[in-house]
Amino acid sequence: MFGLQSKRLTDVTQGFTFTRRAMVLGGVQAGIGLLLAGRMGYIAIAEGDLYSTLADSNRINLTLIPPRRGWIVDRHGQPIANNRTDFRVDIIPSRLTDKEATLARLTELLALEPDDLARINEELKVSRGFQPVQVAADLDWQRYAAVSVRLPEMPGVAPARGFTRNYPDGAAVAHLIGYVGAASAEQYEKTRNPLYLTPGFKVGKDNLEKTLEARLAGKPGAKRVEVTARGKLVRELTTRPDTPGETIRLTVDAGLQRFAARRLGDNSGSVVVIDLLTGGILTMASMPAYDPNSFSDGIGHDEWDMLSNDDHLPLLNKAMQGLYPPGSTFKPASALALLGAGVDPEERVYCNGGYQLGNRRFGCLGRHGPMNLHTAIARSCNTYFYHMGRRVGIDAIADAARKLGLGAEYPLPLPSQRYGTVPDPAWKRRRYDQAWAQSDTLNTSIGQGYLLVNPVQLAVMASRVASGRALVPNLLMGREKPAPPLPFPAEHLAAVRAGMDEVVNGHGTAGRSRLPLEGIRLGGKTGTAQVRRISGGARGGLGVPWKYRDHGLFVCFAPVDNPRYAASVVIEHGMSGSGAAAPVASDTLLYLFDREKALAKLETLEAGWGGGIEERMARQAAAFKAMKAGAGLPPAPPAEAASTVANATTPTPAPILDRANNTVAPVVVPGE
Amino acid sequence: MSRPSIVPQPFAALPWKLLLTVIAIGGFGLVVLYSAAGGSVTPWAGLQGVRFVVFLVMALVLSRFPEGFWRQMALPGYLAILVMVILVELLGAVRGGSQRWLDLGFIRIQPSELMKPAIVLACAWFYDRLPAAAMRTWSALWPAGLLIGVPAAFVMLQPDLGTALMITAGGLSVMFLAGVPLRLFIGGAVVLAAMLPLAYAMMHEYQQNRVLIFLDPARDPLGTGYHITQSKIAIGSGGLTGKGFLRGTQSHLDYLPEGHTDFVFATMAEEWGLVGGLLLILGFVLVVRWGVRVGMRAQTRFARLVAAGLSMTVFFYFAINLMMVMGLAPVVGIPLPLVSYGGSAMMTVMICLGIMMSIDRASGGRRGFA
Repeated sequence: MFGLQSKRLTDVTQGFTFTRRAMVLGGVQAGIGLLLAGRMGYIAIAEGDLYSTLADSNRINLTLIPPRRGWIVDRHGQPIANNRTDFRVDIIPSRLTDKEATLARLTELLALEPDDLARINEELKVSRGFQPVQVAADLDWQRYAAVSVRLPEMPGVAPARGFTRNYPDGAAVAHLIGYVGAASAEQYEKTRNPLYLTPGFKVGKDNLEKTLEARLAGKPGAKRVEVTARGKLVRELTTRPDTPGETIRLTVDAGLQRFAARRLGDNSGSVVVIDLLTGGILTMASMPAYDPNSFSDGIGHDEWDMLSNDDHLPLLNKAMQGLYPPGSTFKPASALALLGAGVDPEERVYCNGGYQLGNRRFGCLGRHGPMNLHTAIARSCNTYFYHMGRRVGIDAIADAARKLGLGAEYPLPLPSQRYGTVPDPAWKRRRYDQAWAQSDTLNTSIGQGYLLVNPVQLAVMASRVASGRALVPNLLMGREKPAPPLPFPAEHLAAVRAGMDEVVNGHGTAGRSRLPLEGIRLGGKTGTAQVRRISGGARGGLGVPWKYRDHGLFVCFAPVDNPRYAASVVIEHGMSGSGAAAPVASDTLLYLFDREKALAKLETLEAGWGGGIEERMARQAAAFKAMKAGAGLPPAPPAEAASTVANATTPTPAPILDRANNTVAPVVVPGE
Repeated sequence: MSRPSIVPQPFAALPWKLLLTVIAIGGFGLVVLYSAAGGSVTPWAGLQGVRFVVFLVMALVLSRFPEGFWRQMALPGYLAILVMVILVELLGAVRGGSQRWLDLGFIRIQPSELMKPAIVLACAWFYDRLPAAAMRTWSALWPAGLLIGVPAAFVMLQPDLGTALMITAGGLSVMFLAGVPLRLFIGGAVVLAAMLPLAYAMMHEYQQNRVLIFLDPARDPLGTGYHITQSKIAIGSGGLTGKGFLRGTQSHLDYLPEGHTDFVFATMAEEWGLVGGLLLILGFVLVVRWGVRVGMRAQTRFARLVAAGLSMTVFFYFAINLMMVMGLAPVVGIPLPLVSYGGSAMMTVMICLGIMMSIDRASGGRRGFA
C-alpha cells in the first residue's frame, strides 16, 4: 500500500516534471522562433540596403564605354588633335595562362617587331595584372580578324575597337599639345576610377593634353547587362552613351605652327609668334620634337633612347623651359629704361670699341663712333648702352624689363614654365649674398650677366614694345582680356620701334632678313648670347664644338607701321642672331602675309636639308637603329654636325662674365 | 461532438487547424519551388506536390493507429532501422562510399532519416518502462545513451553531421522530458563547452576551416562561405515585402546555390520578403506548439514523451535550417521540412505528425491549437 502510494506519488512527480520541462522546451522553441524572426528582420530591414546593393552588383555587369576625347582645334577650327577609329589588341595580364606561347602566336599573327616584343615584355613585368597591356594598335581589319578568330586558344588576349588620338601635324605640335597615354597605376590608386583600367582609355600626359584633361576627357558611357552566376548574358538593361570631351579652340594658327616648326629645320630652337590684337599665341614651336602620335601608342626602347640621348633635346619645350641670356635682343628694353630715366635720344656717346670701368674694359663689336639711341639700337652698339645704362642705374633697367614682361610667369595652361631672372641688387643679395657691382649693371644693360629669359617672354617683350600695351600671352581662344597701355610714353616706344625698323630696313644688323613684300616692313633686334666664357676673347663661332657656340636670337614685329604680329626666335648654338634666328623669324612672319611665297621659300630650303620633318626624323631613327645594331660603336650624334656626347641638361648657359675676377678680365664682347 | 454535423464524424474529428497550417506551409513551398524553377511546375513543384499529398495521406493513415501500436513497434522498429543504417553504411563502403539510400521507386529513403522519429519512440519506450525510482540511478542513463549513441555514431561515419546531430538532439530531448536530473544536462553542457577547444584542436584542417568559415563567411567567398553570403544577400535584398513572385534575381540567375533544397528559405524570402518569412516561421511555431500541447494533454508517460519529443524533432529541422540560411549556424545540410524539394525530410516530418495525431486522438483532448 505504502509502495503503491509511493509509486503513484512518483508518477505524479514525474508528470509535474514532464509538464515543467515541456514548458521549458516550449519556451526555448518560442525563444528561438523569436530569435529567427529577429535575425531575419535584421538582415532584411537593417541590412536590406546593403544586401540589395550586393544583389544588384551580383547580377548587373557594368561595362564602361570610354568617352571620346575632345578635339583641340586651332583658331580657324582646323584640328590639331583629333581621334581616329582603330583596331587594337590588348593583353589582360591576370588572365594570361601561357605568356610565351601567346606572345609567340601574336608575333606570328601581327608581325610584331622585336622592339614591340621588348616593350610588351617590359610592360607585362611591371603591370598590375588587371591593367591591360597593349600589344598592337592601329591594326588593319585582316590582322584584327586573324586575332579575333583565334581568341579561344589565347586566353588573356583582348581585341578591341576604339579611338586613337591623332595629331595631324605630328612633331610640329608636340611641345604645345603634348601627348596621351594609359593612366599610371598611381593615378588609378589615387582615384580608383574604373575607367583607368578600361583598355584603350588614355589620359593627357603632357602640355595641353595634360592641363586641359578635365575638359578634354568627357564622361564615360556605360553598358549595363544582367548576367547569371555563370556569366551568361540575360539581357541588356540600359546603355548610356558616352559624352565626348569638349572641343577646345586655341589661339594657335596650325598652319603657322607647322610652318615655323618646319622652318627651324635641323636647328635646336624655338619660334613664338604673338597676335598683337589679343595677346593670343599664334605659334609656339620647339624643335626638334618627338612624334606625339607614336608617344600616345607607347613608344619603344630605341625611340626613347634616341630621344633622351639627343643633344638637341627633343623632349624639352624650349619655348617655355629653355632659359637664355637675351643678349642684344634686350636692348629695346634698355632703351626704354634710358628714355624713361630722362636720357635725350639724340645725346651721343662716342664708341671707340669699348667702355672702361675702372681697370676693366667692356668691349663692343666695333668702333661705331658717335652713337645716339636710334643708331645704337640699329647697329647694336654695346658702348652706348654701357655708358647710358651705368648712368640710369640697374633699377631703371630692371623696372623696364619687368614692365615688358620679363621675369614673369604667365597664366598659360602648360605644366611648367621657367621664368628666368631679371636681376637687381636685392635679387643678388638674396641669391649670392653679394653687393651689386657696376659691372653687373653694364652686363645687364646689354642683356647679359644674370639676365635669363625664355623665348615666350622674349616674344611678349616684342609684342609689348610693338603694341604699347601690356599684352598677356594666351593660348585658349576667347579668354583674351583687353590689355592696358604700358606706362611708357608713346614717343619713347616710337623711338625704340624706329631703331628696330632701322635694324632690318636701314643700316642695321639684320638687313638680310627684310620681308620680300611691298609696303610691309619687319622691325626687329638681333641678339647673340654666349654659352660659356671663352678665354682669349674668342667668340663661340664655328671654331668651337657645337654645344659651346653662341645662341642666336631675334625678336621682331610686323608691319612696322601698324604692328599686328610679334615674334621671337631662338636658335641654340646658332652662332649669331642675324645669321641663324632672323631669317627664320622673317620667313615665319612672311607666311602670315604671303603664304605661297613663304612656302615656296621653305620648300627650296627643305630640299637642301633632305626633306621635311617626318622624312628627316625617319632617317634619323633608321640611322640610330643601324648604329645601335653595329656593336661597339659609340652613340653617334643623331642630327647635324654635332659630334659631342649627349647633354641631357637644360640649355641654361653658364655664367657669362667673370665677376669675381675684377682685374685683368678677359674682355668678352657679346652682342652684335 | 453532440452537435449534428453535415460532415462525417471521423472527418470532422480531424485536427483541422494543424492540417490547414501544414497544407498552408506545403502549398507555399510549392509556390516557391514553382518560382525557383523559373515559373515552371517541372522539375520540382509538380513532383513535390504529388509527394506532399501522398505523405499527408500517409500521415492521416498513421493517425488512425492506436497509441499501443507505437508502444509495441518502438523497439522493433528502432532495431530494424538501425540494422538498415548499418547495412547501408556497409553497402556504401562496398560500392565506393556513395550510396546512402534505399530506392523505393518514387522516393529514395535514407534509413538515417527514419532514425529521427525512431530514436524518439525508442527513448520514450525506454523511459516509460523504467521504474520511477530508477530515474536517479545510473541505469536510467546508459541504455538511453546506447540507444542514441550507436545510430548517431554510424550516421556520423557516413559522414552526415546534420542527421547525427538531429538524432542526438531528438534523443536528448526525450531524456530531458523524461526527467533525467537537470544537473547532468548542465554538467554535460559545461563539459561539452570545455571540450570544444580540444575537439577543435583534434579536427582535420578542412573541418577547422569549416568552423572558421561559419564564423566568418567572407573567409571563403567561393566555397561554403559563398552559400551563406549569397543566402544572406537573397534574404536581405528581399526587404520587407520582397521583390515579387518570380522576380527574385539571386535564385533565378543562379547566384544562390541550392535554392530549391537547403536554401529554399532564401529563395522564398527574396521574393516574399520579411512578411513571407515571418508567416512561414509562424506556421512552424504553430505546428511545434501544437505538438508540445499534444504531449502535455497526453494521458500516458509514453504518449507524452513521444509527442513532445517528436515536436522537438520537427522544431530542430526548421530551426537548424533557418539558422543555417541566415548565417547563425554552419552549413550542415538540413532541409526545410515541407518546403525544400526532396522526399526524405517531408516523409520524416509527416511520420512525426501522423504519430502525434494518433496520440492526440487517443488522449481525446481538444482539437486544434486552442
